[in-house]
Amino acid sequence: MNGLTLDDVVLSYPDGDRRLTALDRVSLDVDPGGFTAIAGPSGSGKSSLLAVAATLLRPDSGRVLIAGQDTAALSPRRAAELRRDRIGIVFQQPNLLPSLTALEQLQAVAHLRGDSPKAALPRAAQLLTAVGLTDAQQRRRPHQLSGGERQRVNIARALFTRPAVLLVDEPTSALDRTRGAAVVDLLATVTRDHATATVMVTHDLTLAARADQVLHITDGRLR
Amino acid sequence: MFVALRDIRFARGRFALMGAVVTLITMLVAFLYGLTGGLAADASSAVARLPAASIVFGSPQGTALEVSFSNSSIGPAQLTAWQSAPGIGTVAPLGIAMSRLTSQDTAASVSVLGTGAALLPPLVSGRAPAEGQVAVGAKTARADRITVGSRVTVGAQTLTVSGITADRSYGHAASVWTTEPTWQRVSGATAPSALAVQPGSADTAALDRARNTRTVSRGGALAGIDGYSAEQSSLRMIQGFLFVVSALVVGAFFTVWTVQRGTDIAVLKAVGASSGYLVRDALAQALVLLLGGTLTGAAVGVAGGALLSGGGLPFALSGATVAVPVLAMVALGLAGAGLAVRRITSVDPLTALGASR
Repeated sequence: MNGLTLDDVVLSYPDGDRRLTALDRVSLDVDPGGFTAIAGPSGSGKSSLLAVAATLLRPDSGRVLIAGQDTAALSPRRAAELRRDRIGIVFQQPNLLPSLTALEQLQAVAHLRGDSPKAALPRAAQLLTAVGLTDAQQRRRPHQLSGGERQRVNIARALFTRPAVLLVDEPTSALDRTRGAAVVDLLATVTRDHATATVMVTHDLTLAARADQVLHITDGRLR
Repeated sequence: MFVALRDIRFARGRFALMGAVVTLITMLVAFLYGLTGGLAADASSAVARLPAASIVFGSPQGTALEVSFSNSSIGPAQLTAWQSAPGIGTVAPLGIAMSRLTSQDTAASVSVLGTGAALLPPLVSGRAPAEGQVAVGAKTARADRITVGSRVTVGAQTLTVSGITADRSYGHAASVWTTEPTWQRVSGATAPSALAVQPGSADTAALDRARNTRTVSRGGALAGIDGYSAEQSSLRMIQGFLFVVSALVVGAFFTVWTVQRGTDIAVLKAVGASSGYLVRDALAQALVLLLGGTLTGAAVGVAGGALLSGGGLPFALSGATVAVPVLAMVALGLAGAGLAVRRITSVDPLTALGASR
C-alpha cells in the first residue's frame, strides 16, 4: 500500500502520576487519491493523530506506514528525510516564512532537499497557479497576502515534493465559511490530481462532509 | 544560504544595526592594533631593528641580573670574554641612555645609542659618526633644521653631525647614534649597557653562566625597555576585552534572533529540514554579517588611523596585521553565534502544529 496506514496505534502522554491516552488503538488506511476527514471536538486526539502520522511523535505501540515504509525504527534524521520527501503538511496557521515571497516558500523546500532553487522555479510557479494565485500574488510576501491566499501557498508548499501523504491540520480555522469551503474543495482537487493519501483533521462537520470519507474521533478512539 | 540571505534582506534594519555595531568594534580594534604597533615601534625600533640576533645583558659578578637596558652594564672582563669566545660571530658594545638634544633654538628629548658603525640604521646622507660626532634621524633633522656638519649639544657634550640616518626611536624618544666612547661621555656611564651579538656557534649558555650575563633574542630584549612590556600588555588586554565583547554582542544578537525565529525553525523542521541544515544556514548568516561588519570596520580603522598618524600619532598597521583582528573578530563572532544557534537543535518541530502551540 502506497498511502498511509496506522495499525493499532496507541499514544499516551504523562499526566501527573498517571498517563493520559491520546490515541487508543487507532487504525486507519488511506489510499493514494483518498481524502479522509477526521472530525472531533477539541482534545479528542485529532492533532495527536496528525503528529503521529507526520512522524513528529512516536507512538507507544502500533505501526505507522508511510508509502509502505514502517516509521517505527527511523532515527530523527531519517524521519526528517521522510517528512521532506514523502509527507506534505498543511498547517493550521499557514506558518509561512515572513522573509520569503510565495514562490520562494516553495523554492526553500527545494533548497533543503539539496535541489537548485532556480531549477525549482517553474514547478513552484505551476503549483501556485494551480492553487489559484496570480503571477503578482506569487511574488508577494505573506504579510501582503490575504488569509485565504496564504493558506493556498501553504497547500502548494505541502505539495511541492510530490508527497505520498498529505496531512492537513484544521486548514480553515483562520478563514470565513466561504473561503474555508473553497480551501477544502481545493484540497479535494489536489488529492485527486496528485494522488495523495490525504488526511484532514477538523472540528467542522460541514466542511468534513466534503471529504470522501469522514471518521469521528472521541477520547482518542476512531470510529 | 537561501533563507539566510533573504532573512537579512527582509530584516535589513536589524541586521544593519548589528552590522554597524560589528563595524564599530572592528574599527576600534583595528585602530587599537595600529596604535599598539605604532607605540611599540616608537618605544623599541632602535633595538628591534638592530642587525643582531641576540642581546646580552650583564651585571657585576654576584649581583642580581635582569633584562633591563637601564640596569644592565657590561664590564671589561665580560666584554673580553664574549669577544674571545670560541665560535662567536660579531660582538658589539651597545650603550643606551636618554638625554636632551639642543640645536640652535630648539631642544628635544632623544635616546642616545653608542655603538659601532655596523649597527647604525641606514644612512640617508653623510657618514657614520667618529669620535665627537653624532648621526641623527631624518625626522629630528627636519624638525630641528639640522644638516650634516651642524653643531648640536647632546647632554653636556657638543658634537658635530656626521650623518642623517633612517628614523629609529627608543622609549618614545627619537634616537641619535654615536660611538661608544662618545656615548660614555654624553651619558656619564663607564661601561656599555649591553652587547649586540651574532652568536655563531658559541655556547652562549655556558658564557652566561661563567660571566654573569644573560643572552636573549632581539625580540626578547624589548622587555628590557622601561615600560615597554606594561604598555604593550595594557593595550593587548584592551584588545582582548574588545574581542570578548564582540563575541558576546554577536552571540546575544543571534540568541534573540534565534528565539524570534522559533516558529519558522519549527516549520522548517516539520517540512523536513535537518538541524544541521538550519545551523549551517544560521552560521552562514552570521558569517555574512561578520564579514560585512569587520571588513568595513577594518577599512574605516585603517583609513582613520592613517589620517591621524599624519598628525604625529604613533600608528602602524599593515595589511598583514589588520588581517589578524579581522580574522579574530570573525572567528570569535562565529563562536558566539555558534553557541547561540545551538538552540536550533532543541526546537521541536511538533510546535509547528496548531494544537501544540
